[in-house]
Amino acid sequence: MPDSQTKIRVIVAKPGLDGHDRGAKVIARALRDAGMEVIYTGLRQTPSQIVQTVIQEDAYCLCISILSGAHNHLFPEILKLLGEADVQDVLILGGGIIPPEDVPALKKLGVSEVFGPGTSTSDTVKYIREHVQPRA
Amino acid sequence: MDLMDRFRQGDRRALARLITHVENGTPVGRAAMRELYGATGRGRSIGVTGPPGTGKSTLVDQLASVFRKEGLRIAIVCVDPSSPFTGGAILADRVRMRHLQDDPEVFIRSMASRGALGGLSRATGSVLKVLDAFGFDVILLETVGVGQGEVEVVREAETCLVIEVPGLGDGIQAIKAGILEIGHVFVVNKSDNPGADRVAEQILTMLSLNPVPPPWQPPVVQTVATKGAGVEDLARQVRRHWEHLDAQNLRREHLGRRRIADLAEILKCRALGAASQRVLSRPEYSELRRKVELGQMDPYEAADRLLPFDGIEEWRLP
Amino acid sequence: MKRTPKPGPLEKWERETLPRSLERMPERRSTFVTTSGHPVPRLATPAGGDAPAEIGLPGEFPYTRGIYPTMYRSRLWTMRQFAGFGTAEETNERFKYLLEHGQTGLSTAFDLPTLMGYDSDHPYSHGEVGREGVAVCNLADMEVLFDRIPLDKVSVSMTINSPAAPIFAMFLGVAEKQGVGFTKLNGTLQNDILKEYIAQKEYVFPPGPSMRLVVDSIEYCQREVPRWNTISISGYHIREAGSTAIQELAFTLANGMAYVQAAKARGLDVDEFAPRLSFFFNAHNDLFEEVAKYRAARRIWAKMMRDSFGAKSPASWLLRTHAQTAGCSLTAQQPEVNIVRTTIQALAAILGGTQSLHTNSMDEALALPTEKAVRIALRTQQVLAFESGAANVVDPLGGSWYVEQLTDQMEQGAMDYFRRIDELGGVIPAIEAGFFQREIAEAAYRYQKEIETKDRTIVGVNDFALEESPIEILKIDPALEKKQLERLSAVKSRRDNDRVRLELGRLREAATGTANVFPPLLACARAYATLGEMMDVFREVYGEYVEEATF
Ligand SMILES: Nc1nc2c(ncn2[C@@H]2O[C@H](COP(=O)(O)OP(=O)(O)OP(=O)(O)O)[C@@H](O)[C@H]2O)c(=O)[nH]1
Ligand SMILES: [Mg+2]
Repeated sequence: MPDSQTKIRVIVAKPGLDGHDRGAKVIARALRDAGMEVIYTGLRQTPSQIVQTVIQEDAYCLCISILSGAHNHLFPEILKLLGEADVQDVLILGGGIIPPEDVPALKKLGVSEVFGPGTSTSDTVKYIREHVQPRA
Repeated sequence: MDLMDRFRQGDRRALARLITHVENGTPVGRAAMRELYGATGRGRSIGVTGPPGTGKSTLVDQLASVFRKEGLRIAIVCVDPSSPFTGGAILADRVRMRHLQDDPEVFIRSMASRGALGGLSRATGSVLKVLDAFGFDVILLETVGVGQGEVEVVREAETCLVIEVPGLGDGIQAIKAGILEIGHVFVVNKSDNPGADRVAEQILTMLSLNPVPPPWQPPVVQTVATKGAGVEDLARQVRRHWEHLDAQNLRREHLGRRRIADLAEILKCRALGAASQRVLSRPEYSELRRKVELGQMDPYEAADRLLPFDGIEEWRLP
Repeated sequence: MKRTPKPGPLEKWERETLPRSLERMPERRSTFVTTSGHPVPRLATPAGGDAPAEIGLPGEFPYTRGIYPTMYRSRLWTMRQFAGFGTAEETNERFKYLLEHGQTGLSTAFDLPTLMGYDSDHPYSHGEVGREGVAVCNLADMEVLFDRIPLDKVSVSMTINSPAAPIFAMFLGVAEKQGVGFTKLNGTLQNDILKEYIAQKEYVFPPGPSMRLVVDSIEYCQREVPRWNTISISGYHIREAGSTAIQELAFTLANGMAYVQAAKARGLDVDEFAPRLSFFFNAHNDLFEEVAKYRAARRIWAKMMRDSFGAKSPASWLLRTHAQTAGCSLTAQQPEVNIVRTTIQALAAILGGTQSLHTNSMDEALALPTEKAVRIALRTQQVLAFESGAANVVDPLGGSWYVEQLTDQMEQGAMDYFRRIDELGGVIPAIEAGFFQREIAEAAYRYQKEIETKDRTIVGVNDFALEESPIEILKIDPALEKKQLERLSAVKSRRDNDRVRLELGRLREAATGTANVFPPLLACARAYATLGEMMDVFREVYGEYVEEATF
């Protein structure tokens, strides 16, 4: 747990071609209202752009929202690039429409948790607070 | 390998982590600042300020692209406001920086103002120095768009761009608020909208009213940031300002002023830190605070007991 | 001398409006009875008198009670299920399946690359080909999609916006190949770019050039494809993005007015193009508010078209609408319960007087629907049509104090928004200022907070929850992307590339100038130019749009 002087910095990323940003925006606001600093990437970010953002912003946590059904393509790609850049200490969360049977494979890749439709934002906030690795 | 070694070898992740340390004021961050300070003063810093939504981020994106074509290495720092209620923030300037996201020679960092007024956060100046020491040629700084004299920016950036747009209803308003003095280049963005010429004229008129004409006459550039129009011209004016600074030895003056400001800031932080630590750790503090809260004692009375005026000299600062 | 009193509105309706309508659209049965055997009146009216003019009579201005005098007693709404996934072959199969099962119109969903104007072989398309709909890259895909579907008989709706013009050109290309004259074509193009900036965010170009393409399509269809519905002005996505019912109503109608203004500014005659504008609203859970929304929409539109835009023909005053139940209301938890939600929502749309309806499948909160789920959704509509009795009487809720009051409130709420939009300078400046986006984000956040604080109960989510095992969902075959890519490269190697270049060059000329882009688009489609190639021409000429990030 980071001490109270520091702020948890979270990236809310929206890869994929769809523009359904309702969930991403709701979670961004909820994290802000919980006192976190949220970096919003905007729509249609490529995996490599997302990874660059994670590195430059030194984020504690990366929330990836995918509703297009392309999660089995996009998550592995992002995680591969993070691995290549040797980024180890970022908490990675998924959200959007991800069928339960795809979740175990994503977790094996390094996604810590997947928050499906109907998750309350306070659960996500709590999860992040409890699981981010301390920085500075 | 230790963080500073990685930093010196050009590791961008070490850079990013060091910025976090500096932003959070950790011992690692403080030690690093002391170590890096001597290596600063090389890169050019450009502040970009103006009311909200005037196109600062879009313009930074375009301007950086022009400099990139000239082979310069670019860092960008964008400051957005923190919520005064929750301390949280949404930092969304990156959304506009589409052209730069895939460029390995560009580094973008978003910062929240964390309660500081004046358009920057308290650590922004230090973060600029870290980027400078890392070796970026140009460091662009986008301030919080509150539009009321983000004068802090002149202390940190040697070239200051002030962005205005037509159709804000009261173009003069923002200019009145002390921004006329800080701009080295004035930009009328959104010139695709009607009224751009008039805003440009207004700015020129106001500049000409300056009783003592300064050696540098700030130019006014019209741009359409979304299309990149006028951005080459803007880059040219920025270069002209650099040449002016160099020719007149003004760069040295600016750096000198900044060093003095840094000293003052460091002293202020330490004095405040020392004072508050002493006061807040006094056993009677919580009792007095409670009384003040309940209205049983006025804050002056409480302050006199915790930190009597004539007691100040007694502190022994290290 | 004895004076006969002037006939009242009801009397006049019975004497003139009704017989004229019955002649054109006879009722489905000679009598309708309740389950107890009592006759069902065609239209219930206040005892011994006329309703206030604001409420009026069905088939008459201001159409609060419906656009036809007899509504579903003559013709049921069109049951139109949205379908499309994978390759053109698979969607073509699904189309035929739906037609065999009693569906009366086709509705095409395209995959995301197509919706964003990228070919299946574009790097951005990787992993998204055929996922949320069918991939269409060129005329060859379109030929397969509508293979053995008679385009002169089946009405086809296509959910496509930014690339609507090139996709429609390909559709026209298929009609030519089938030997069906353009004047016989019947269907709808969504073509509603404004709501993309506001809500769904599948835009490519900046608003100005996008509007020009829309007006080009209106102009072209008016001349060449006169029965085609040129825009389906959509509130559906605005609601899905989290808006309230009033926002959905207000923003949609504001968009509608913006299109009318733009077409008039081109010099088109409002009575020529307005009858081909149609609408598409959401149907959410709050039954009575939803009904009121549909009724208010008709009333506002009729008044605006007649009084503000000077439309003289009643056909221009009518707000014809498609409806879809609210996808965003479906829950991943206890998905079978979604069937119940969908039923209530479908009933709302029907009581609201919709012209066609799509009912969502229960598993849509999880993935694309399975065949069984799609069938149940269609059966839901059939139960409402044939068993519920809701289709046997016109505007059954008309005159309900509650519903009439809600209808007035919806209208008032919309008028308030119109004023605010005007103050910002109109729809496009309001988009650029992030006004709609901010209003919607605020409403969405509020809704979510209400759920989390249990101020609002969602059955199975924040109350009445269960531990459960997942239901069966549809899997997209990962091999289909490969199949699609193979067909694309085959077409590219077979076609005459010089001709493609030539036609793309002509398209660029039209796009740069002011000539209607449709003739060159059609020529590009015939030459098997790809969607991506046509869109790239527009991208170069018009640039790409990045939105304001609002929260
Ligand atoms: N018409 C027009 N719109 C522009 C221009 N430049 C920027 N915009 C638009 O103005 C809006 C705001 O642009 P930003 O670059 O985010 O402005 P900003 O000053 O960074 O905004 P904040 O950081 O929120 O204060 C966006 O919708 C841009 O597309 C321009 O030259 N012309
Ligand atoms: Mg900005």
